[in-house]
Amino acid sequence: MAKMNLLQAVNHALQTAMEADEKVLVFGEDVGHFGGVFRATSHLQEKFGKTRCFNTPLTEQGIVGFANGLASQGHKPVAEIQFADYIYPAFDQIVNETAKARYRSGGQFECGNLTIRAPYGGGIAGGHYHSQSPESFFTHVPGIRVVIPRGPYQAKGLLLSAINSPDPVIFFEPKRLYRAAVGEVPEESYQLPLGIAEVLREGTDISLVAWGAQVEVIVKAADMAAEKGISCEVIDLQSLLPWDLETVATSVTKTGRLLINHEAPVTSGFGAEIAASIQQECFLSLEAPISRVCGLDTPFPLAHEKLYMPDHLKTFDAIVACVNY
Amino acid sequence: MNSRWNYRDLYYQALRIRMVEEEIIKIYSSDKVQSPVHLSIGQEAVAVGLCAVLTEQDMLFSTYRSHAFYLAKGGDLKQMMAELFGRLDGCCSGKGGSMHLSFPQVGFMGTSAVVASGIPNAVGAAFAEKMLGRGNLTLAVFGDGATEEGVYHESLNFASLHRLPIIFICENNQFAVHSRQHERQSYSLRKHVEAYAIETHHISQGFDFCEVASAFSDICNDFKESPRPIFIEVDTCRYMEHVGTGEDFYGGYRSAAEQAEWKRQDPLIKDEALKAELAPQIAIEINESIAFAEASPLPSYADVLKHVL
Repeated sequence: MAKMNLLQAVNHALQTAMEADEKVLVFGEDVGHFGGVFRATSHLQEKFGKTRCFNTPLTEQGIVGFANGLASQGHKPVAEIQFADYIYPAFDQIVNETAKARYRSGGQFECGNLTIRAPYGGGIAGGHYHSQSPESFFTHVPGIRVVIPRGPYQAKGLLLSAINSPDPVIFFEPKRLYRAAVGEVPEESYQLPLGIAEVLREGTDISLVAWGAQVEVIVKAADMAAEKGISCEVIDLQSLLPWDLETVATSVTKTGRLLINHEAPVTSGFGAEIAASIQQECFLSLEAPISRVCGLDTPFPLAHEKLYMPDHLKTFDAIVACVNY
Repeated sequence: MNSRWNYRDLYYQALRIRMVEEEIIKIYSSDKVQSPVHLSIGQEAVAVGLCAVLTEQDMLFSTYRSHAFYLAKGGDLKQMMAELFGRLDGCCSGKGGSMHLSFPQVGFMGTSAVVASGIPNAVGAAFAEKMLGRGNLTLAVFGDGATEEGVYHESLNFASLHRLPIIFICENNQFAVHSRQHERQSYSLRKHVEAYAIETHHISQGFDFCEVASAFSDICNDFKESPRPIFIEVDTCRYMEHVGTGEDFYGGYRSAAEQAEWKRQDPLIKDEALKAELAPQIAIEINESIAFAEASPLPSYADVLKHVL
């Protein structure tokens, strides 16, 4: 075990994957010598050469398009989109090529080996175009997986699973935790299962669900609630597509209440999908309406970021309201 | 190289493609074909001429107008017909249809419908090919309209930067649906490509499969000596409407007179004697392919859920 922050865990996962399989390639804007704007790819070019870790032009649609072609020929490309906010030019490739290649060809041709990494989320005073959480756009796309880790241990294990998965994976990394989240990470290779949620803390009064950076927010709110005698079950979804309905439904059947927290705007956020599915599965167990504590329905703001964020205080208030409903 | 093909063989292949599509026109109103069709009639010689030079290991990425390239590259006719009919024995299990044929075992790779979106995929495959060092060619085939899309430019830049072993083929039929090239493009197509330090070639006799094969063969021989990105513009003419089974002169965007010059030179129209000799055999094969398609089962509910993850 070694102490690593989330960024080091990502770097370690990439290094581990590249050592294990020469088909693994890492590319994106500025990821080579410099190691990427966040340094997630530091030293990879040094260790594995310019053929396996290289800079691309500023060409997001191209990055994913080239990666699709490489993946179709048996390589395992790990393409970096510098900020999740820049993934939109690549949207066509992801939605129309990455996700559909296998389906439209009846399994004759596919891009399953592809992993796309992108730092997402606020908390760095990045304003409109360095802060967004676009995950729900991609959860609407059958044919890909969407995975988001909450800490260093999860980042390494889930990223290695993503790279080795036979399906294309969009891997969103919570950038505000890159250096803030520190924990013990095994130095050897390990994989965490995709599509499986983790129950971090068991409780009896309400289930709290989040992913990525918002997990620490619901943990903090759960701590505040515990002081008031409210017992929260805390769940990290980890995979959003496909997502672990069973774990959440089992939890809500027990607690009778559900609160979903995400940083993206509330309308059509992934919380809406969870709420719809859980009311279908757990209707007779629910003691209160499902609560969503999410980003506001505004573009991601700059000076107003703190007001926008679904923080632990808003979450705590919603827990209390839900329990007292 | 010329020993690998001759006029008669290429004529046979071009005629076969035309007759397959003419049969599609004939049966289209029966609704057996499950999707809209973008016919290659008029453009067969480009596919036949290029594919005469390629091997099964060479990879070709194409578009929604791909019946000609699919067949010329060696894709199975029965499986194509079953695919058009949406049947389980189709080359894509009935999931691709006319616009998304795929037959990778002969190097006919994915075909997409978003204009230009297959070009970067071909570039990525060429990158893989370069790393694997197998010495095979990768072809990206697209129309003149695709050159207006951003990702086409991203692809040229990247291919040139990495000196990838890829040949870009622009089938220039002058029209994007109903818009003429000069209404859409402020640039000169080949001059623009040359700005990326990619060498260009022009084959103007796109109706002549022998001319296409001969010119392409010379380019390929040179390419094999020194693999690099190359761009070839091939002039051609789409006889039918953009999508569908009819002519579209009623649309007023082009005239029958414009096409007459192409048709006058089209060997499939000109050489009636050879057509009469070869057509009966092809007709039998086409009938067999339709019988095969009709006998193949339609997909079940379980099949619709396959091939997602």
